[in-house]
Amino acid sequence: MLRFILRFLLLFNRQGKLRLQKWFVPTSDRERKKVIRDMIMLVLPRQPRTCNFLRWKDLKIVYKRYASLYFCAGLEEQDNELLALEVLHRYVELLDKYFGNVCELDIIFNFEKAYFILDEFLMGGEVLETSKFAVNVSMEQADTLQETMEEYMSKPAY
Amino acid sequence: MPAPIRLRELIRTIRTARTQAEEREMIQKECAAIRSSFREEDNTYRCRNVAKLLYMHMLGYPAHFGQLECLKLIASQKFTDKRIGYLGAMLLLDERQDVHLLMTNCIKNDLNHSTQYVQGLALCTLGCMGSSEMCRDLAGEVEKLLKTSNSYLRKKAALCAVHVIRKVPELMEMFLPATKNLLSEKNHGVLHTSVVLLTEMCERSPDMLAHFRKLVPQLVRILKNLIMSGYSPEHDVSGISDPFLQVRILRLLRILGKNDDDSSEAMNDILAQVATNTETSKNVGNAILYETVLTIMDIKSESGLRVLAINILGRFLLNNDKNIRYVALTSLLKTVQTDHNAVQRHRSTIVDCLKDLDVSIKRRAMELSFALVNGNNIRGMMKELLYFLDSCDPEFKADCASGVFLAAEKYAPSKRWHIDTIMRVLTTAGSYVRDDSVPNLIQLITNSVEMHAYTVQRLYKALLDDISQQPLVQVASWCIGEYGDLLVSGQCEEEEPIQVTEDEVLDVLEGLLVSNLSTPVTRGYSLTAIMKLSTRFSSVNRIKKVVSIYGSSIDVELQQRAVEYNALFKKYDHMRPALLERMPIMEKTASNGPTEIVQTNGETEPSTVEAKHPPPVTQPTNQANDLLDLLGGNDVVPVIQTTIPTKPASAGGELLDLLGDLSLSGGPAPAPAPSVPTSQPPFLLDGLTSQPLFNDIAAAGIPSMTAYNKNGLKIDFTFERANPNPNIAVITIHATNSTEAEMTDFVFQAAVPKTFQLQLLSPSSNVVPALNQGTVTQVIRVLNPQKQQLRMRIKLTYTHKGSAVQDLAEVNNFPPQSWQ
Repeated sequence: MLRFILRFLLLFNRQGKLRLQKWFVPTSDRERKKVIRDMIMLVLPRQPRTCNFLRWKDLKIVYKRYASLYFCAGLEEQDNELLALEVLHRYVELLDKYFGNVCELDIIFNFEKAYFILDEFLMGGEVLETSKFAVNVSMEQADTLQETMEEYMSKPAY
Repeated sequence: MPAPIRLRELIRTIRTARTQAEEREMIQKECAAIRSSFREEDNTYRCRNVAKLLYMHMLGYPAHFGQLECLKLIASQKFTDKRIGYLGAMLLLDERQDVHLLMTNCIKNDLNHSTQYVQGLALCTLGCMGSSEMCRDLAGEVEKLLKTSNSYLRKKAALCAVHVIRKVPELMEMFLPATKNLLSEKNHGVLHTSVVLLTEMCERSPDMLAHFRKLVPQLVRILKNLIMSGYSPEHDVSGISDPFLQVRILRLLRILGKNDDDSSEAMNDILAQVATNTETSKNVGNAILYETVLTIMDIKSESGLRVLAINILGRFLLNNDKNIRYVALTSLLKTVQTDHNAVQRHRSTIVDCLKDLDVSIKRRAMELSFALVNGNNIRGMMKELLYFLDSCDPEFKADCASGVFLAAEKYAPSKRWHIDTIMRVLTTAGSYVRDDSVPNLIQLITNSVEMHAYTVQRLYKALLDDISQQPLVQVASWCIGEYGDLLVSGQCEEEEPIQVTEDEVLDVLEGLLVSNLSTPVTRGYSLTAIMKLSTRFSSVNRIKKVVSIYGSSIDVELQQRAVEYNALFKKYDHMRPALLERMPIMEKTASNGPTEIVQTNGETEPSTVEAKHPPPVTQPTNQANDLLDLLGGNDVVPVIQTTIPTKPASAGGELLDLLGDLSLSGGPAPAPAPSVPTSQPPFLLDGLTSQPLFNDIAAAGIPSMTAYNKNGLKIDFTFERANPNPNIAVITIHATNSTEAEMTDFVFQAAVPKTFQLQLLSPSSNVVPALNQGTVTQVIRVLNPQKQQLRMRIKLTYTHKGSAVQDLAEVNNFPPQSWQ
């Protein structure tokens, strides 16, 4: 059965610290740990000007480094790697728009927001929204819902 | 009780930890605080605590005690709570836990919530991790939302529907009405997700596919508008409008146009348009071109369009961007079978890619180059490939050498060229050639009768230069043993014959015996070669001396040979000439079983297929490679020389307990072959069965069988003969699962009766996907030297729908050909 989905999306830094993990296919804790370990081992040693694609088991791995973070996605055999690069890039742009000049620290301290943004952009491994503006509009409106909550005003929810 | 610390406070604190131990301590302290807070059923801070738990979970610490709390958050009325609750559910829960089913009701309520962002959360979670039961329960709600006019909800409902269909394919029908006017949407989000939904439906059902073919004109129109439309800031990516949507449409067109002339024709123009007009300076344009090429190649496009597509790939090869070159090579590799001539036109560019610095590109280029070799270009291509072999990284050498041998065998323009090519590979990459190349090459050389003198001369000269590359040395020793007489008589026609004496040749061979560089296998080859020369050379005394010395060698293998050769000299000298005669031409029987040897004279190798020494029981998995090497070995090495694993690779001690009478260990060591035979020496015949064979001799004609079929788990066995030893059957198990839920932690174990030996290699995976969507395979090698009827007892364990399942079964229905 042809499947055109992303299986997972990982963000990690050069020290191999995980900053975000999204699994689009049911994966056990043990498998997740193994995949994360393998991805870090495969991607970190890569030289700067080599191509952004790798093969790992039956998947294509697409990765790109943005400043101190590696964005690493696992694709099915049938997928378009060049487009996957565009998907990664769009996600970074969305983060950048939300946080303003996004850097790793933003993702560390506001990881839940990074997930919320991701969930407005991708769902089940597919692109949900292709507009550059719509995602941020939704985020702003949803955030507003949080902030009008009384307890958020007087006692921040976190 | 003071308020629990805030999330960002915790993050800050944890980051100050200087060691792993310090971090662990902080985390444990915080977890304890969180646990007691959970116990107190504190509503106010639950959200904060779960958020902190999620952070710690990301660092790798266990967070399962927060699972129920996530459910409580989801059930809360506050949006903040729900947001974190759903996030936690997606991170901490999956359909394997019973806990997640409790979400169903909350999700159902939230799907009908008055706030679209709450509905969105529910759709997202369901679409991300909903189990089959949840999907069944909630499909109706999703379908309702698919028909709403709210585009925010509609797009989410579409992707959620995709997930529902993937989990419960029977529900696909119910979404059909809602798809009616999905494509008339203006909103790109809805449009994109609709195309994804339609694609999923067409993929799964030929009826749906036929039904949706009528959408081709509409899809073509939408694509055309995207290309022709002016700048849209919202969707623009480097001058291209909504590349994501364009690619998705192209993919759907591919599926609709496949095997359908009318649809293919209807999309011909737009494909040509995209192919010629898309800007190629940036990755995004190339992404679209790439998808276009894939579509053109897959549908019934006219030949002009196909050539256009391949030329695009050819242009990709010249692009500066490595990613694009890589993608081009991968696609060309896929199309080289169907459009061979078109790809041939780009051969020189492809060959240039062999010199690329990028490892991934080099590998692809090498594979593609081998695919392009044919009778016309063999000389030129081989030059390039041999050059590549000289200079490439070690990781490529084995594959490249194998590829060269294969190509040379298929297309060699002359026998001399063939032998020269083999020589070149052996001398430049000799240590990297696969072990099975040695017997293959020996067979090739034997069969090139007119080249014997030339070959042995070249090999001899190569030995004088370098004795470190074992495959080269082994082939050379064998040839000198066989054709040493041609060597000293200087009969070479092809090139200037060299002058060499018998003593010089024996010096070289004896040198191999004593050299530190020679492996035991190589030593075996040289000793045998020396022995063979006793009927070809006149210096028999010297040979006798060497042979008797090795009669007390520490290496048991050499010792045995020497003792037997000695016996040949002493007691059976009258048989020696016949036994050591020139090898006959070996006929390749292409399909079944081992090579037929025309005469029964052959190598005087003792066969020790059975273990000579009961090996110690060791951890099998890391011995697997040793066993493979030994079993796949060449004719001169007994199959088992060192310790071998006697347990199947995955069985532990417990299998012995459970499977009572079946022993897992190999048979007791049979007596070593008698020193010298009479007219039908058993070891000679056994030696014959381990003669060099060609790689691609498979055991055709052994029917496959179903070994097990219960509770939706079906295991089929397919058979092959391992080469070179026909006593080894290679069984591949194929496990499929026809139930709705996947089987995880799947472990297959097997045991065989005492006279057999069994080796289990690693499985392809331990998850058997549901609904026959995939197969787990695993290879079993069974050694059956006594040719007894094969019986097997198997034990299966797996987890299915949350519970552990275990079963034992006997397999007795092996086809006779698998063990005879």
